[in-house]
Amino acid sequence: MTTHADTSPSTVRPPWVVIRLRRLSFRVDRRVPLAVTLLVLVLLVLLVVSVSYGDYNISPLDVIRATVGLETSDPNDRLVVRSIRLPRILVSLLVGVALAVSGIIMQGVTRNDLADPGLLGVNAGAGAVVVSYLVFASEPNNAVVPWLAFAGALGVSMLSYVLAWRGGISQLRLVLVGVGLASLGSSVISFLLTRLQIDRAQDALIWLTGSVYGSQWGDVRQLVTWLLVLLPAVVLLARELNALSLGDLPATSLGMRIGLKRLLLIAASAGFAAITVTVAGTIAFVGFVAPHIARRLVGPSHEGLLITGVLVGAIIMVGADLASRWVIAPAQLPIGVTTALIGAPYFAYLLLRRTR
Amino acid sequence: MTEPTGLAADKLRLGYDRDIVIDRLTMEVKAGQVTTLIGPNGCGKSTLLNGLARLLKPQGGTVHLNGQAIHDMDTKHLARMLGVLSQSPATPEGLTVYELVAQGRYPHQRFFQQWSAHDEAECEEAIAATHMTEFAERRIETLSGGQRQRAWIAMALAQRTPILLLDEPTTYLDVGYQLEVLELITRLHHERSMTIVMVLHDINHAARYSDHLVVLKEGNIVACGSPDEVVTEQLLADVFRVEAAILRDPNTGTPLCVPYRTIESTRKDCLGRC
Amino acid sequence: MILRSRWSLSVGLIVALGAVIVAATLSIGVGSVDIDARVVVASILSFDDGDFNHLIVRTIRLPRVIAAVLVGAGMASAGAVMQGLTSNPLASPGLLGVNAGASLFVVVGISASGSLPLLTYGALSVAGAAVAAALVYGVSSAGSGTRTPVKLALTGVMFSAFAAAVTTWILITDLDTFDQVRFWTVGSVAGRDMELVRWMAPIIIVGLVFALIVARQITTLSLGEATATGLGQKTGRVRAIGAFCVVLMAGGSVGLAGPVGFLGLVVPHLARPLCGVNYRWVIPYSAVLGALLAVAADTAGRAVLKPQEVPIGVMLAAIGAPFLIYIARWKMR
Repeated sequence: MTTHADTSPSTVRPPWVVIRLRRLSFRVDRRVPLAVTLLVLVLLVLLVVSVSYGDYNISPLDVIRATVGLETSDPNDRLVVRSIRLPRILVSLLVGVALAVSGIIMQGVTRNDLADPGLLGVNAGAGAVVVSYLVFASEPNNAVVPWLAFAGALGVSMLSYVLAWRGGISQLRLVLVGVGLASLGSSVISFLLTRLQIDRAQDALIWLTGSVYGSQWGDVRQLVTWLLVLLPAVVLLARELNALSLGDLPATSLGMRIGLKRLLLIAASAGFAAITVTVAGTIAFVGFVAPHIARRLVGPSHEGLLITGVLVGAIIMVGADLASRWVIAPAQLPIGVTTALIGAPYFAYLLLRRTR
Repeated sequence: MTEPTGLAADKLRLGYDRDIVIDRLTMEVKAGQVTTLIGPNGCGKSTLLNGLARLLKPQGGTVHLNGQAIHDMDTKHLARMLGVLSQSPATPEGLTVYELVAQGRYPHQRFFQQWSAHDEAECEEAIAATHMTEFAERRIETLSGGQRQRAWIAMALAQRTPILLLDEPTTYLDVGYQLEVLELITRLHHERSMTIVMVLHDINHAARYSDHLVVLKEGNIVACGSPDEVVTEQLLADVFRVEAAILRDPNTGTPLCVPYRTIESTRKDCLGRC
Repeated sequence: MILRSRWSLSVGLIVALGAVIVAATLSIGVGSVDIDARVVVASILSFDDGDFNHLIVRTIRLPRVIAAVLVGAGMASAGAVMQGLTSNPLASPGLLGVNAGASLFVVVGISASGSLPLLTYGALSVAGAAVAAALVYGVSSAGSGTRTPVKLALTGVMFSAFAAAVTTWILITDLDTFDQVRFWTVGSVAGRDMELVRWMAPIIIVGLVFALIVARQITTLSLGEATATGLGQKTGRVRAIGAFCVVLMAGGSVGLAGPVGFLGLVVPHLARPLCGVNYRWVIPYSAVLGALLAVAADTAGRAVLKPQEVPIGVMLAAIGAPFLIYIARWKMR
């Protein structure tokens, strides 16, 4: 009979940080506090740089002054910062947050780290509804567009889920149905674009592409409200994602009601993606890339992944926005194009690095 | 454990879509014992285990636990009584042993109580019981087959269930790891007085490590009882189509079968449909 | 599979081919001016250039329907070959970036040189398809890992998104190009003249012929890389030839009709229950069924909203998406 070295339980060092407050308890990977601190610093620096840069540069000190409400050397600067640059950059940031969360949930639920929030057709759904409206409405009202986009995005993704459900959800079915609906949506969009007058078609195309140009404080408010409500809930749902990632059978044997939880999670993912489409159009890759980077920083446990991922998403988007304005200045790239231009090569790099 | 943790199937009908694998099967799992399901490929042993574990919804009949139908029970409540280890589970990349074992506390946690001191203690105990302490921080994909199985067993242990179901825990492992896992299961059975139900494909392992054997063929129970009663030359011929000698294991005294040759079917062989 | 013996498979194929011819003939008759089938046949066999109907058939309908047949056969077979090469039931020219690459080249070409004849669209498409295939295949095979279906699909999706982003950028900034191209990106066989068909047809047909030649090898390869190598096959070479066929067939189809989706993905799934998994039959059956489907879609597009037309790309999406969902939901576990 073999004998085993006697190691007492106390030498096992848990790989996390636990927060306990009376009966409330929450744990997060050990690496998270450090990662969060670093990322927050990077984000703050990036924010200041981003707001300083523009058609004409504003000194970082003035940026900070304008943000907190103090007087700046040139009163115009204050206006530019507060009414034009800050809303736009904040929208980018918040969109990055929402896309990151959506991507993390989607990759967790589908158990596939190649999944993207757009898998269920959010983009195509929003686009199809909006472009249909623009074509068929005699006098389109721009205020209605965001609501339609949201309805379309959420509607199509829920439809994908329902259609893919058959006594349970299989990954492959979900992907196929999502692809099917997304393709249908794109065809409808392409077709409808041929029915619009060229200038309206161009507007539609720009909207579809993903742009934060001309963002207002109203947009910021909209995003913040949604995120404030949904984010804490999602972070608490992280452990469901952890259990799901082990597989359907193990999750069920742990006592998880996988049907219900999965539906909730997918609805949440679709919701987050839908908000971003509403405000900023179709932005690809961020929802895919952010989880990957976060995972490399803090590991696969979803509590830490979500907390870190939102910061990564924010950094990516703010950085992309800066790049959009800088690369072909004075012209601007729509941010959806920039994220694709950055995202695709990163993707290829990821692939080339893989050993399996 | 005074009250028998009665896990029983009553006229159970299980299958996948229109493919019925098990029909009108009735059996009782004896509390506090190690019961093993054996049988040839395709006999339905894994299907039966999944049915007992409520992982597969029955198309007819019921599975009872302590008199209550398990499909009526809240799944989380059930998870505190029944732990399951499925075949060849896949682990997410980058997950450490500790994190995997921690998942086992899921049925005991609530929305706001995500990691109590008790959870942590149970986790550490499970890791110690499976002798995985030195591997606790290692990533699962870097472990050997035997260690990986032990990690998953540790997760099931952290669940603190009186019953544990294991689906082919030794398949794909070499003989050393197989014994490692089986000895661990036996030890846990003694230390924690657990009721164990497992599916094995090796008859000798089943004979050596079980109190009670259930033999399945084509979805029906053809024999059940102690290894001595069940493992006979006749059974091996009828169920497994082999001619074998039955010896006695010199160390454990349990039946040991040595198969010699397959039995040619003397019935008219149907090439296709009869 | 429904058809098992060699005999029944061959007969089935001939019957299906006949069906394509019948469907095409009938399709020629449908449109803003309906023409009787007998007149159609007459206009092909004994053309009378004084007859108005004959002129419509020859100059407008015939090229269009032939284009539909070619595109249907080409895209469907390209999809079948891809699914065989990658052992991935989700593979299709659209998914793997071929369509996106072709579109990108067309858009760049138009943007750079103003208006272009349809013929140049064709050449650019084939070139774009070739570059996309080379890139996608190259990137997914490079790196230290093994070639897996997932990697290939992944690279394709990524490349498609990338190409689409660049394409959209150009379209946003260049209104004239957008105006020209938006009718092309829908996927349509309307307004295709005989000259374009004459140029693209050999490309697609050559691709199809090569695919049929290498079909047996593809079947072996679809068993898995390890198995195929173990049987002595030079898998790299088979993949290269397969990719070449796909580029010709998909590139030619895109050149003829713009990016048309769904055929490559769905039709092989329709063919397999009929003829089994041997690519010697899957490829020809896909070609024939694809042609049938494309002709049907184009005809429906002309009939449904008379006198307006719904382009073939949209019709195929309208049929294809529900069908795909049906397969996913009821035919898969």
